[in-house]
Order: sequence, then structure tokens, then C-alpha cells
Amino acid sequence: MIYLTLFLEFAKVAIFCVGGGYASMPLIQAAVVDTYHWLTLSEFVDIFTISQMTPGPIGINAATFAGMKIAGIPGAVSATIGFCTPSFILGILLARLFFKYGDIGPIRGILNGLRPAVIALIASAGISFIVLALWNEEKLPADLSTIDPIGILILAVSLIAVRQKAGVIKLLAASGIAGLALGIVKQLL
Amino acid sequence: MSNEELKSLAASCPHFYWKLFQSTFLISAFTVGGGFVIIPLLRAKYVDEYGWLNDKDTLNLVSIAQSMPGIVAVNASIILGYRMAGIRGALTALSATILPPLFTLSLIACAYDWFASNQYVRYLLKGMQCGATALIVNVSIDLLQKQLKKKMLLPLAIIAGTFLANFCFEVNIMLLIIFDGLLGLLFMRSREYGK
Repeated sequence: MIYLTLFLEFAKVAIFCVGGGYASMPLIQAAVVDTYHWLTLSEFVDIFTISQMTPGPIGINAATFAGMKIAGIPGAVSATIGFCTPSFILGILLARLFFKYGDIGPIRGILNGLRPAVIALIASAGISFIVLALWNEEKLPADLSTIDPIGILILAVSLIAVRQKAGVIKLLAASGIAGLALGIVKQLL
Repeated sequence: MSNEELKSLAASCPHFYWKLFQSTFLISAFTVGGGFVIIPLLRAKYVDEYGWLNDKDTLNLVSIAQSMPGIVAVNASIILGYRMAGIRGALTALSATILPPLFTLSLIACAYDWFASNQYVRYLLKGMQCGATALIVNVSIDLLQKQLKKKMLLPLAIIAGTFLANFCFEVNIMLLIIFDGLLGLLFMRSREYGK
């Protein structure tokens, strides 16, 4: 039964996926392209592109979209639920452990060490994001003059707005509309 | 909030589950560009708007979410829901996290070629990505400033070391998490670090 197989395969991906959504891509590829031949490699590349483009967590996007291509909406639901089940069980066990015993020396120590680590990872992601926003490339290009004026403008205005405590959802919606409007203006010029 | 206060919150706050569902749904629908964007979103909703969590709680739950397998955004929503209202809370938050991609992708699947090659879609997403950058930069500045004010050597050293290792040397995040967790376990058990 395809739905059960989808559920199990995506549960397996979730168990072996360490390090967030991007890390799940090669595992999903191995399952849906190499092992089961449900999709071709080029279809999988499409899935990757769409998952990156669409708002929402990238791993969930990929599971949903792959499931949908393989077996329609029920396939999407089975793959997504499969993908989340290991996290659900493990998440609840860990949350219980940490919240119940969070004030016991060793666990307090681990959390005290992890909080600064997470701050560093956020800052690191932030800088990669700035590069992507301003230069439309993953890595800082050799020629810095390729900087995107639309990127500078929206980023600067958003930064001011967010420092003034603008609502986050409103800000994301407004910056999307600004991107669309400025893109159209640029096209007309 | 303490565990007891959180327990009574679920019972006393009107439409608690709806509020939890709605906020997680919005966060999932607007996560653009990867897992870490949820941190400013979580913080804006639950720390600033609802007052259900503080900065330390948020970082704790993201730390746990980051240190287990699976997707950080999904893990975080499960842990958040569980923290707020037990298994029922976790189920509420999880379903709210997986529904938006299901809706958007069902729509996109019907018009994939149009969507992937459409200029206007790209403009819109480019704008949203700049907005998300502002959010993540803002939250990094806030959290760093807070840490700097505390003037504690070890956490600052962890921030600097982890940042360099991740950003400049591209060391695997999982390795960094294990290493920093061990550092904490060995040297940072004091309550001082949790203030």
C-alpha cells in the first residue's frame, strides 16, 4: 500500500535527518528517486526549488509536495504525517525531560551551554540572509557592485520598522508587496 | 512563567487552543527561508504579544528543537505546544504547522510551471525574504546585546566560537550543538548562567 510506504519512508527520513530541513533533501532524494523510483531526478529538483520558494518550513514543504506528486492529496498527508511522527514522539519525551528536570544540575548545564550556541547560529543565519537579500547569491560575490538596490531598500525599511516594533506578520506581508511593486517598477523602467 | 502558571493558563485563557492554533498556523505560513526565521516569529508572538514565554524559554525550546533529529520548525512547534498545554497542546501546534504547506502546495501543484517561472512570484518572495532578513537581524542584535550586558565569559566565548566555526569554517551544526552542550554540562551548571 503506497500510503503506508510513504508514511514509513518519510518517518525514516525524519529519524536520520539531523541539522534541519536542508539536511533532509538528500535523504528524501535517496528514498523517492533512487530506492522507489517514484519520481525522476528532475522532478525531485522541481520539488526542491518549490520547497525553497514557498513559505513554510522547507522540510515539510518537500514532504508535502513529494507526497502529492506521488499519490495526490492523501499521499501528501501520509508523507507529512510520517515525517512528523518521530519528531512528535521524541519532542514530547525530550520536552518532558527538560521541562520537568530543567532545574537539575546536568540538564541546566546543557541548556546553559546551548542557549548561547543558538544565539550564534541565529546570527550566522542572519548574515547569510543579508548576503542573499543584497546580492541574490548564497555567498558574498567577488564583485560587490552587483548589489541589488531593491534588496537594500526593502531591507533598510524593514529594519527600521522592526526596530519600531512593527508586527512581524504584517511586516512580512508588507515587504512581499513592496518586493512585487518595486519589481514591477524596475521592469517598466 | 513557571510550570504551574502555564498549566492554569491553558484553563483560564479564553480560546486558548484557538489562539495557539492560529499563532502557530501564521508562523508556519510565514516562515520564509529556513528554520531560524521562526525564532523572531516565536518571540514576537509569545514573548512580546501574549507574554506566555520569556527570551530564555524561547531559546531553551529552540535549543531542544535544534538538538533532536527532524525539522527545527516542526520540533519547535511540538515542544512549544507541549510546554503550553501538554499532549493536546503539542497536537494543536503540530497540526497548525503542517496545514499551511498542505494548502499552499496543493494550490501550487496545480500550477507548478506557472509558479516556478513567474516573475511576479519571484518579486513577491524576494520582498518577503528581505523582510525575514530584517527580523532575524533584529533578534540577533537583541539577544547579543542582552548577553553582552551580562558580562559572562563562557557564554560569550561559546557565541564567538560557534559563530566562527559555523559561519567561517562551515562546521556541521549538529557537531557544534553536541560540543556546546558538553561544555555546558561540564562547566556551566551554575544557576548564574540562567539569569
